Amino acid sequence: MTATVSPVLVLALAAAIFAVGLVGVLVRRNLFFVLMSLEIMLNAAGVAFVAAGAMRSQPDGQVMFLFIVTMAAAEVALGLALVLQLYRQLHTLDSDAAGEMKG
Amino acid sequence: MDIVFFLAAAIALGATVMVITRLNAVHALLYLIVSLLALAVVFFTLGAPLVAALEVIIYAGAIMVLFVFALMILNLGKHTVAQERAWLTPRIWTGPALLAAVLLGELGWAVLTYRGRAMAGAVDPTLVGASLYSTYLLGVELASLILLAALVGAYHLARREEVAEEERP
Amino acid sequence: MKGGPWAGLLMFIPALPLLGFLLLALGVGRRSRWLVTAVGVGSVALSALLATELGLLFGYLNPARANVDVDWGSWLSVGDFRPTFGLYLDALSLAMVLVITVIGLLILVYSSRYMAEDPGYRRFFAYMNLFVGSMLVLVLADNLLALYLGWEGVGLCSYLLIGFWYQDPANSRAAIKAFLVTRVGDAALAVGIALLFTQFHTLQISELLRRAPEVWPVGAPLAVAAAALLLAGAVAKSAQLPLQTWLPDAMAGPTPVSALIHAATMVTAGVYLIARMHALFLLAPTVLALVAVIGAVTLLLAGCAALVQRDLKRVLAYSTMSQVGYMFVALGVGAWGAAIFHLVTHACFKSLLFLAAGVVIASLGEERDLFRMGGLRRSLPVAFGTFVVGGLSLAAFPLITAGYFSKDLILYSAWTSPQGSVWLWGAGVVGALLTSLYIFRVIFLVFFGAQKRQPERVGGLALEVPLLILAALAVAAGWAKGPLTAWLATALPPVAGATPASEMGLSAIATVVSLAGMALAALLYFRLPARVALWAQSSGPEVVRRLWRAGWGFDWLYDRVFVRPVVWLARVNRGDVFDDGFRAAAEAVELASRILRRTQTGRLRWYAAGVALGAILLVALMVVRP
Repeated sequence: MTATVSPVLVLALAAAIFAVGLVGVLVRRNLFFVLMSLEIMLNAAGVAFVAAGAMRSQPDGQVMFLFIVTMAAAEVALGLALVLQLYRQLHTLDSDAAGEMKG
Repeated sequence: MDIVFFLAAAIALGATVMVITRLNAVHALLYLIVSLLALAVVFFTLGAPLVAALEVIIYAGAIMVLFVFALMILNLGKHTVAQERAWLTPRIWTGPALLAAVLLGELGWAVLTYRGRAMAGAVDPTLVGASLYSTYLLGVELASLILLAALVGAYHLARREEVAEEERP
Repeated sequence: MKGGPWAGLLMFIPALPLLGFLLLALGVGRRSRWLVTAVGVGSVALSALLATELGLLFGYLNPARANVDVDWGSWLSVGDFRPTFGLYLDALSLAMVLVITVIGLLILVYSSRYMAEDPGYRRFFAYMNLFVGSMLVLVLADNLLALYLGWEGVGLCSYLLIGFWYQDPANSRAAIKAFLVTRVGDAALAVGIALLFTQFHTLQISELLRRAPEVWPVGAPLAVAAAALLLAGAVAKSAQLPLQTWLPDAMAGPTPVSALIHAATMVTAGVYLIARMHALFLLAPTVLALVAVIGAVTLLLAGCAALVQRDLKRVLAYSTMSQVGYMFVALGVGAWGAAIFHLVTHACFKSLLFLAAGVVIASLGEERDLFRMGGLRRSLPVAFGTFVVGGLSLAAFPLITAGYFSKDLILYSAWTSPQGSVWLWGAGVVGALLTSLYIFRVIFLVFFGAQKRQPERVGGLALEVPLLILAALAVAAGWAKGPLTAWLATALPPVAGATPASEMGLSAIATVVSLAGMALAALLYFRLPARVALWAQSSGPEVVRRLWRAGWGFDWLYDRVFVRPVVWLARVNRGDVFDDGFRAAAEAVELASRILRRTQTGRLRWYAAGVALGAILLVALMVVRP
């Protein structure tokens, strides 16, 4: 398999997707969407790692991506469980409703 | 210049933007899956077939399915869409857009001023596998620990209260 | 203990009254008035007896006229600072001791009858004993710290006794005023003592007087400073300008108190201090000149003020101020012996005047207004006779009164001494005119003329005998001038470099002046009181009279200059301005906390934005400085 793209461009793409994911985290009030945006950011980070590995023709980038995916899976599982629990307590997915630790 | 890459990149970016602007959660999820698939194609063009496959299988295949299952359990309903419409006014996009733009600018500047290789070097999956089982062996074991923790944690956190009440004598 | 076998007796002289105070304070005589009298009067009587015995021994059995120096042991010992409880007896302190104990005894005997109906009888005698003891410590002290102990003690007793009838707040105010004004002087005195210690590392008076001329040349700035500070203390205690405002108000106390403390003894403490430290003052001629000037100005001002008072005791208070001014003039020109001589005679006739006035006041039911008295010479013969004798002595009636001899000596010294001047002598002469004028005004207003109020009979041996004895002293003390001055000269140097002048001529002038004053008073207040009263109502004299009655307006001045700004400052600072500094620090922290609390909104997106912001900053750092 040969590479056909400059890794710099891929890095730029990763940065762009990361930024989009960041906007999603900051804008959305629904916790579900916040989780999705976090996934987008994680994925973008992973893309950046792979691109970096490709820059040096080393497998370390891809190994790192694997670990990131593993961690993302674990985090999603726990996060969704927490969202479910929260929904049962507050009967809403509004992140502002869970703001009792203010002041 | 690779046309495949640009096409895939455009789709990925566009689909991601669609994810964060949808009102319906299911629509957003589907767009996310599309984005992930497009990114898998990008991996292919980078010469990393292993991670491309893993992206499709694990990320789009498992994690997104997990999201769908959770959504089904939540059973949000029509009022959620209306709620989202009320929340997503044009005004609230300005601040985050600004922050993200600044970040993107910095990252972009850092990336584009990098003097490095012009073309990516493909890495054989065999190499990756060998690296996993030699250099990063410990990491693999720790990853499995993480997954175990997630398993137990998710089970406990998502438990219903009635089960606890039933168990009382 | 050096000084011979009788030195052991010396310590009893101050100790007995102090013991009397302790006994009375601890409750002896709570149920028996007789016991209080026995302890209170007896202790001072014993002291007086001892003092006279010591005096005789001192005078006749000690041919070398060596002085007695008793050391009771160390009081403090901190490095160089080692004051002792030491007593020192020489002609000067013996003269003072005799005045204090003998006249004190007579006054206390008088008080046993005068204060007999007062519920605070025991308290009165306790305070008086404490006073006598402190005053004795003051004059017998051989080091400045013990002197200061006595000094403070008499100040305390003065406060306690002026405010004796404390149920009336006006009396308490007068007591506080006396205490505060003398405090100013006390502070200066303490600084002066400290200054002397830092220079000489000893507080022994004899040491200081010996070494000061060796170390300091005449006119040395430190000598001037020390002398000025000591002078400030003396001025406050002796009620001279500018710290004289407390004495007229101090008449709020019982009459025996005024007689003992504010006529015979405490106000003369300042004179004693300057006389005792004469060597130091000789090193600061400017300060000595100031002493004389203060004395001269005070004697004139007080004389004028005494002329227009309505309250009988206030006349006598201003009179005391004026006579102490004479003593200061004598000190200022270097006639130390003359000042002490006048101190002794003044103690005799002024306390006599106060005690006689006490009889008058008590017989009229505590009435003190001169214009409500009159024609009492037949109803109160003893008081009349003794008051006239005292008045004649005060006015220096020639040849037969003690006052004549002592005042004459002062005027002579003022004329002849190189530090004296015609102006000082002139002030003294004008003062003599004023003196006879005001005292005979009182005599004519009180004892002659129409009787405005019927006096009750106030008599008793306890009242009359002291009056008669004091009257005798007021006459006889003058004849002791020769031996007394010669004896005092063993402790105090005579006037240096005096130019002899015609003593006859000078005293003739003074005599004519004082007789003229008496005649003028007879004319104004005996023959023509109505016309004088009418003339006094007219606007010119009225203004002057109001000014003089208010003691030349010093109270008003001090109120404006000192009291009001301090009270205003206290009111402004009620919230404690300095505390605001500390509070500001705490409030700043609280403000910062309140501002920072706003960042804890509880909203997830807000926190996420914070994280994003931090990330941006970090990346910026990495990008700018890789």
